[in-house]
Amino acid sequence: MLSHDIVIVGGGLAGLRAAVGLCEKYDVAILSKVHPIRSHSIAAQGGINASLANHPEGKDDSWEKHTFDTIKGSDYLADQHAVEIMCRQAPIIVYEMEHWGCPFSRFEDGSIAQRPFGGAGYPRTCYSADITGHVLLNTLYERAVSKGVKVYSEWYAIALVIDNGQCHGIIAFDLINGKIFPIKSKVTVFATGGYGRVYQYSTNALINTGSGIGIAYKAGVPIKDMEFVQFHPTGLIGTNILITEACRGEGGYLINNKNERFMEKYAPKAMELAPRDIVSRSIQTEIEEGRGFDHPLGKYIKLDLRHLGAQKIMEKLPGIRKICIDFIGIDPIYELIPIMPCQHYSMGGIDTNEKTETEIKGFYAAGECACVSVHGANRLGGNSLLDTIVFGKLSAIAIDEYLSGNNVNPEERPLNAKLNDVETNIKKIANNTGERPFSILSDLSKNMSANVGIFRKKDELALALEKIMEIKERYKNVHVSSTSLHMNYELLNAIELGYMIEVAHTIAIGAYLREESRGAHFRRDFSIRNDENWLKHTIARLGADGTPEISFKEVVITRYQPMERKY
Amino acid sequence: MLFVLLRIRDEIDGTLSFRSSCRSAVCGSCVMVINGKIDLACRTQVASFGTNTIILEPLPNFEIIKDLVVDMTPFWNMYEKIRPYLIRKSPAPEKEIKQSEEERRRIDQFVNCILCACCYGACPVLARNPDYLGPAAMAKLERFILDSRDERPHSVLDEINNENGVWGCDTVFRCIDACPKDVRPTDSIVGLRKAILKKKLFGKYK
Repeated sequence: MLSHDIVIVGGGLAGLRAAVGLCEKYDVAILSKVHPIRSHSIAAQGGINASLANHPEGKDDSWEKHTFDTIKGSDYLADQHAVEIMCRQAPIIVYEMEHWGCPFSRFEDGSIAQRPFGGAGYPRTCYSADITGHVLLNTLYERAVSKGVKVYSEWYAIALVIDNGQCHGIIAFDLINGKIFPIKSKVTVFATGGYGRVYQYSTNALINTGSGIGIAYKAGVPIKDMEFVQFHPTGLIGTNILITEACRGEGGYLINNKNERFMEKYAPKAMELAPRDIVSRSIQTEIEEGRGFDHPLGKYIKLDLRHLGAQKIMEKLPGIRKICIDFIGIDPIYELIPIMPCQHYSMGGIDTNEKTETEIKGFYAAGECACVSVHGANRLGGNSLLDTIVFGKLSAIAIDEYLSGNNVNPEERPLNAKLNDVETNIKKIANNTGERPFSILSDLSKNMSANVGIFRKKDELALALEKIMEIKERYKNVHVSSTSLHMNYELLNAIELGYMIEVAHTIAIGAYLREESRGAHFRRDFSIRNDENWLKHTIARLGADGTPEISFKEVVITRYQPMERKY
Repeated sequence: MLFVLLRIRDEIDGTLSFRSSCRSAVCGSCVMVINGKIDLACRTQVASFGTNTIILEPLPNFEIIKDLVVDMTPFWNMYEKIRPYLIRKSPAPEKEIKQSEEERRRIDQFVNCILCACCYGACPVLARNPDYLGPAAMAKLERFILDSRDERPHSVLDEINNENGVWGCDTVFRCIDACPKDVRPTDSIVGLRKAILKKKLFGKYK
């Protein structure tokens, strides 16, 4: 049987950083369903937050101020001790990435350049033009290559094996050779990213199915705060490609059909640089009240960069300009960009503590698939890249501690039993006679965008849950065209769809139960925050009847008492 | 083009194989030959062809695994060969290693490379000599050689001072035509040739 000390599922920033931290001492392998350099971390644009105080207007910045901004941005749902850890680590990991070769943009004095971002009191977002994810992922992959980290490229983790409160490894699907293997490991780390594809309108890559979260949940691991879904204010209409917050950080305006900078009404001080939950709701309100624009691809608002001038756009936002030219045929130097809010990020995920440990011995999670929670009810722009690298690093430290202090003996028996289940299930999919996966996924994602979107209401959420139950029934009979395991993407889609439905279910049920509005979760029927009843995390675990069992967990508050959130 | 392929796989032929991920021309997955031109399927607009028939082929210079999926192993082998990471001898400072805006600008075009292998597929030298390092690997090496922070030994230039390295290039610029990110790999090859000559004449390349 294949065996490693540590198997890391996911080759994005969190997974690579964990691997780099462990590979000198342990036998580590990364398993990634795409080549690691194709991971979705590559698409992050705007930057990574760290209180370096390099910006002339940010000389007073500190990790404490970064912590406060993050907690306020989270609408006080973040665990404050974890946010402190992340913000203290921020300058350390940014310098470390720079020392490893990351080509950040520079200020005149040769220091790392920083720009203003939403919800931040100081310009603390370190960047490389508008390709910050690309440079960070390349740098960490380069580091992994330099250390000879073993990578199973284009291998998909199909199931997590837990027995007796301990993780014994995973079942892996080698997509190219069409074979399924159990892999035994003392420690398994999930760094599998977000679930954007559960929504019809998402900035996320096609690989962002969230199946990692679904796999952990199905294996009995609790997941947390799934109702908190970030909608990015500026996704390009049609393709929903991300148009970075840096456009507004560099001075871009949002304009309605009355030619007004409407953010004045919603966040008079912060304007376009209010946190994402607020800006997305403002845009949606403008559209719903008839002040948007019409297009065959949907209603939209305009993002105006023209006043920044050609030079600034070419220097600071060249990737955005290229996206606009390639994908919608407009040049933002001369024209306004048509945008709409789109699903972008998952604040929720696998329930972990600040050391990335889960309830299960030997099972860790880091990055977007995990919920520590450092983002609470709403993540600030520039904090997700930070989260991936900090908690990737901290997972390596925690795992080293665990393996140094314990004699861990994973067993083959539960792995073989699970392998049998997985093979039986695949045979069943091949023999089914129902629908192919695409039509089920299409209905699921439309349901989520329509009924579990930016503005939510009890009857719509009830309808969403009803539809999810119907979709679960349809999925039982999902069918694929070919029974071959070799390069069978449709089969992979069908397997992932099963996990996506579970993820959607936990999002919808969390949103249905939470009768308040906090951060990205906005209920039209309960439009204010209710700290008395709802200052708590939602925990979902798989119940005996196959539906989520919900419980709640205290929020850790250290020194910042919840206040009203004004920008 | 990518959305057409996805629709074909979803609704017509579930067995069709192609790679895809970001659908925004940054991840480099969906490279193929589209009506004779090497490009990323995601950024190629079907309407731009004005025909009902579009011919798709897998990327040349690679073994085909299935349909439009090729075995990228040789590409990654060449990438790893040049030691694609910052090499330092000086101790790391407490904060960042300073770099001027001008020094950062020097590496800009090579930093933009997304490792999609469009250039590798387009290269006529690789078609006849599979041991040739290829445009992407040399662009990556130049990205580090030009980086003011990099301190790799001069001997790295000896490794590419041959027909499988910089002198193998035909300088017919197919790589530049093929690059979806406006990188000019030929510039890096010419730059590396100059560095080799500089080293020969003055004993150092920077």
